[in-house]
Amino acid sequence: MSKHRHEPTFTSYYGRPILKEPTWEPLDIAGYLFTGGLAGASSILAAGAELTGRPRLARTTKLGALVAISVSAVALVHDLGKPSRFYNMLRVAKPTSPMSMGSWLLTAYGPLAAATAASDVTGIAPGVGRAAGLGAGVLGSGVASYTAVLIADTAVPAWHESRKQLPFVFVGSAATAAGGLGLLTAPCAEAGPARRAALGGAALELAASNAMEHAAGLAGETFHDGKAGMMLRAAKALTAGGALLGATLGRRSRAAAAVSGAVLLAGSALTRFGIFEAGRASTLDPKYTVVPQRERLEQKEAVPS
Amino acid sequence: MTTTNLGMPRMGFFTDTSVCIGCKACEVACKEWNAIPSDGKLELTGESFDNTSALGANTWRHVAFIEQDKPIPSPDQGNSPDVRWLMASDVCKHCTHAACLDVCPTGALFRTEFDTVVVQQDVCNGCGYCVSACPYGVLGQREGDGRVFKCTMCYDRIGVGQEPACAKACPTKSIQFGELNELRDRAQQRVDELHAQGLHEAKLYGESPDDGVGGNGAFFLLLDEPETYGLPPDPVVTTRDLPQMWKHAAMAAGTLLAGLAATFVGRRQK
Repeated sequence: MSKHRHEPTFTSYYGRPILKEPTWEPLDIAGYLFTGGLAGASSILAAGAELTGRPRLARTTKLGALVAISVSAVALVHDLGKPSRFYNMLRVAKPTSPMSMGSWLLTAYGPLAAATAASDVTGIAPGVGRAAGLGAGVLGSGVASYTAVLIADTAVPAWHESRKQLPFVFVGSAATAAGGLGLLTAPCAEAGPARRAALGGAALELAASNAMEHAAGLAGETFHDGKAGMMLRAAKALTAGGALLGATLGRRSRAAAAVSGAVLLAGSALTRFGIFEAGRASTLDPKYTVVPQRERLEQKEAVPS
Repeated sequence: MTTTNLGMPRMGFFTDTSVCIGCKACEVACKEWNAIPSDGKLELTGESFDNTSALGANTWRHVAFIEQDKPIPSPDQGNSPDVRWLMASDVCKHCTHAACLDVCPTGALFRTEFDTVVVQQDVCNGCGYCVSACPYGVLGQREGDGRVFKCTMCYDRIGVGQEPACAKACPTKSIQFGELNELRDRAQQRVDELHAQGLHEAKLYGESPDDGVGGNGAFFLLLDEPETYGLPPDPVVTTRDLPQMWKHAAMAAGTLLAGLAATFVGRRQK
């Protein structure tokens, strides 16, 4: 692909990047993008399963959401430069900071996810558990989508330029992951919604990814190149393959359903790690900062306001 | 509401790179006054006289050196030899619309009474959001400490009527500190002067309140395009697009809720 690419000419300071590389560790933050999406969408599936009388699907998705959000919390605190000061996140509530909004969202969502899972397993206070589950389901849609704003609200070219499509990629990927969790853990008789979630999520994720790669302009290259390109190609193959396997053989064979679930989870995780890596790569080459900004300036000069 | 609305003058830097001699006194004075640690490496980059390379947690003033095969017009002797040496002392821009400040989730970053942008080190928890939000790549996370550091425009000095250490140490007045409005007037005069001398490339960078960050509290006179100095040609504060981003996220969240609800609709298959 890169052979045929026209390389734009531009000036830089000794080829050095203009932007700083994200300080975030891929395992912590790309990992959180995955586990946050998995938790949020699983809570929605769990609420639906509970309301429609699918107790086993409800239980596994509730437990999955709790585990995923717990792992998220650990990863987020671990990634701080001063983990002992994590509570400073709750000093203020700032609408201009998606990280601040996210901290409050997780503060509300986490206990609800924990309460509904605990009630389900212990049988204590089922009414409270059900209400908490509905709350977790509603907030879960926010948990699964706000992370797109979290990374798009930066100067990182690949993330900022794909800001309109990224939330749809992320909720598609979240539905794929939650569907995968349901396929992996629930019996076939109850896994119908999980199969459909995986199929719909995969379709949305693939379509939105395609749109995103075009919308990002020059920085869209980073979704195809290098390590990010490899991860995202693998993610698409796993997502499409897993969803199809789940919707066909996975309807009757428990083993096929489990394999498809694991494949879907891996595909969703790779999507997040791939997008994270593309963003990192787009900060390291000054081309992605200089060339689009230079073009924008030239357009402004051509059309005086 | 900013303090300038209350009648406090906005303070700033005007860095006139046309008189920078590359002495790095600003880098040294900044390090000394603010007790900034070494960045740990003693390496020669081979990039002219610049072995500092970029702004970061441990570098709040950075002098760039650019060697160009380009004659410079001189009013006295026609054209000087075919090489020109550009030097420029870079610093935090103290943006009018500061992305670092907008995205900081702890309130560690704040706007001072001088309309500058400062990190409160006793609050910062090292989340690194500001590092990725800054369109100039100014902020950095300090290794071994974990928190984020940047230029404070010597908040401690200007609060008692002193000028910042870099401006104080600058021997050519390349770095000028003062009320921003006055600096803007002075800078425009200087540009006119240089244009009259035949240096038509001289231009201001970051002085316009109409740019993507609402103008800089620390702006520059440059003799070449910004990217030559490692500066972004048309930076935009990322939070300008935040309402649009929240809107798309809300639509996506609605899609997820509706889509997953739809998976439960219909006849039970088994």
